[in-house]
Amino acid sequence: MELGRGRFLAAAGAALAAGALPRAALAQTVQLPFDNGTRPLVAFPQKRPLILLTPRPPQLETPFEVFNAGVYTPNDAFYVRWHLANIPQSVDASAHRIAVSGAVNTALSLSMDDLAKMPAVEIAAVNQCSGNSRGLFTPRAIGGEWGNGAMGNALWTGVRLRDILDRAGVKAGAKQVQFDGLDTAVLPGTPDFKKSLDVDVARGDDVIVAYAMNGEPLPVLNGYPVRLIVPGWFATYWVKMLSAITVLDKTDDNFWMKTAYRIPDTPGNSVVPGATGYPTIPINRMAVRSFITNIPDGAPFKRGRNELRGIAFDGGSGIKRVELSMDGGTTWREVALERDYGKYSFRRFAGEWVVAPGTYTVAVRATANDGAVQQATPIWNPSGYLRSSIETYKVSVI
Amino acid sequence: MTKQSLTVLACVAALGAAALGANAFAAGKPAPPKGTATISLPGDAGMAYKPGAGVGAVQAACLSCHSSAYVSTQPLLTKAQWTAEVVKMKNAYGAPIADDQVPVIVDYLTTNYGKP
Repeated sequence: MELGRGRFLAAAGAALAAGALPRAALAQTVQLPFDNGTRPLVAFPQKRPLILLTPRPPQLETPFEVFNAGVYTPNDAFYVRWHLANIPQSVDASAHRIAVSGAVNTALSLSMDDLAKMPAVEIAAVNQCSGNSRGLFTPRAIGGEWGNGAMGNALWTGVRLRDILDRAGVKAGAKQVQFDGLDTAVLPGTPDFKKSLDVDVARGDDVIVAYAMNGEPLPVLNGYPVRLIVPGWFATYWVKMLSAITVLDKTDDNFWMKTAYRIPDTPGNSVVPGATGYPTIPINRMAVRSFITNIPDGAPFKRGRNELRGIAFDGGSGIKRVELSMDGGTTWREVALERDYGKYSFRRFAGEWVVAPGTYTVAVRATANDGAVQQATPIWNPSGYLRSSIETYKVSVI
Repeated sequence: MTKQSLTVLACVAALGAAALGANAFAAGKPAPPKGTATISLPGDAGMAYKPGAGVGAVQAACLSCHSSAYVSTQPLLTKAQWTAEVVKMKNAYGAPIADDQVPVIVDYLTTNYGKP
């Protein structure tokens, strides 16, 4: 594994005062760019060493240099995020069923063999945690304190949710479709994790029940044997170990829709810290973002000709333009976009940079096909969702 | 099957893909899995709450559902912020916290993972 120069500190027991990790886990830590952002690198099952946010339920962040290696995020490097601690650690795909019920004409119990007989589709799509980059909020937002690596891009294979719904026959007047997975809460008082989409969203061309990820079965921690894929939408809807699809004749009022994962229904989904009383809506589509992927923290560039590489994505319109600035956002120039893997995928870009020795603030700004463009000023909301402002990087050139 | 008929099939698949938006599959693509996948999670990976007054109440109230890292990775929170978190855990997530234990837990969190 290629590690970014200067990014990893020496074994740092001090950062882990809370207790001793297994010896192997102590080998390296990562310093995310915010207070209390020291994290161990730990290899979980089916995973290479990832940035450990929490071990139970597991939350693992992808080291950022992975995004420089290719347009798709390898399965063993793909980030992990669960809400409830009762996660099946052994899942038999042959015995697994997806129950389809509720406001349908015919209830179904679908096996993997049933899915195999349905038309298969594949789609490249970014899966991003609603709280990706939460640790960068100022003032800080409470929650999972991620850097920028709670995201990944994969080629997903599966069947259209619409085909499943049509087979069951959605009754007139249905409002939403609710999704549940095999994970359950430890305590009876903890709401089971369920998410819902409006029927028209659920019936979209690109919403699939995926049984493969980058051509392989999903890692258990990413939802083996099947998970929902909602391209363009935040990962909270991409229910893992999908076991139940329930058509609702009303808007879902379960905790994870009505109370959690809400964003301000305000311009930019932003509020002033401390504000109260504003309306909220369920989080939905992702905002346009871009990152440079080949600037190792703290490592200088050499004078002369350099290449800056990166990725951009949005909530499903696709990337129209990426611009780089070498002067902190005063002047911009467009860079070349690389191959288009589809409107939901990471779009890679590369730009040449001929530079003299000195210190620079490099910035990257993407514009989506729907016209949305990244802004310099970050938004703020109390849950730390939807961070999407222009990224800047301090770079020294020697 | 002849090479020619394979080509025809591929073209039909490609037409289907165009009509459907996403890419339809040719033969040889991934199929739904059949086997059992088993992993062994590391539990709390050796992490624990810092020792201190009230740690027993915190362990009893919080460890059933999540590791100490849910607390230790937060920024330094104020007493008001920790209070809001504890009340949320009790009311929204059903954490087994008696009313008289709330201030014990809040004091522990503010002392060990917070700021005045």
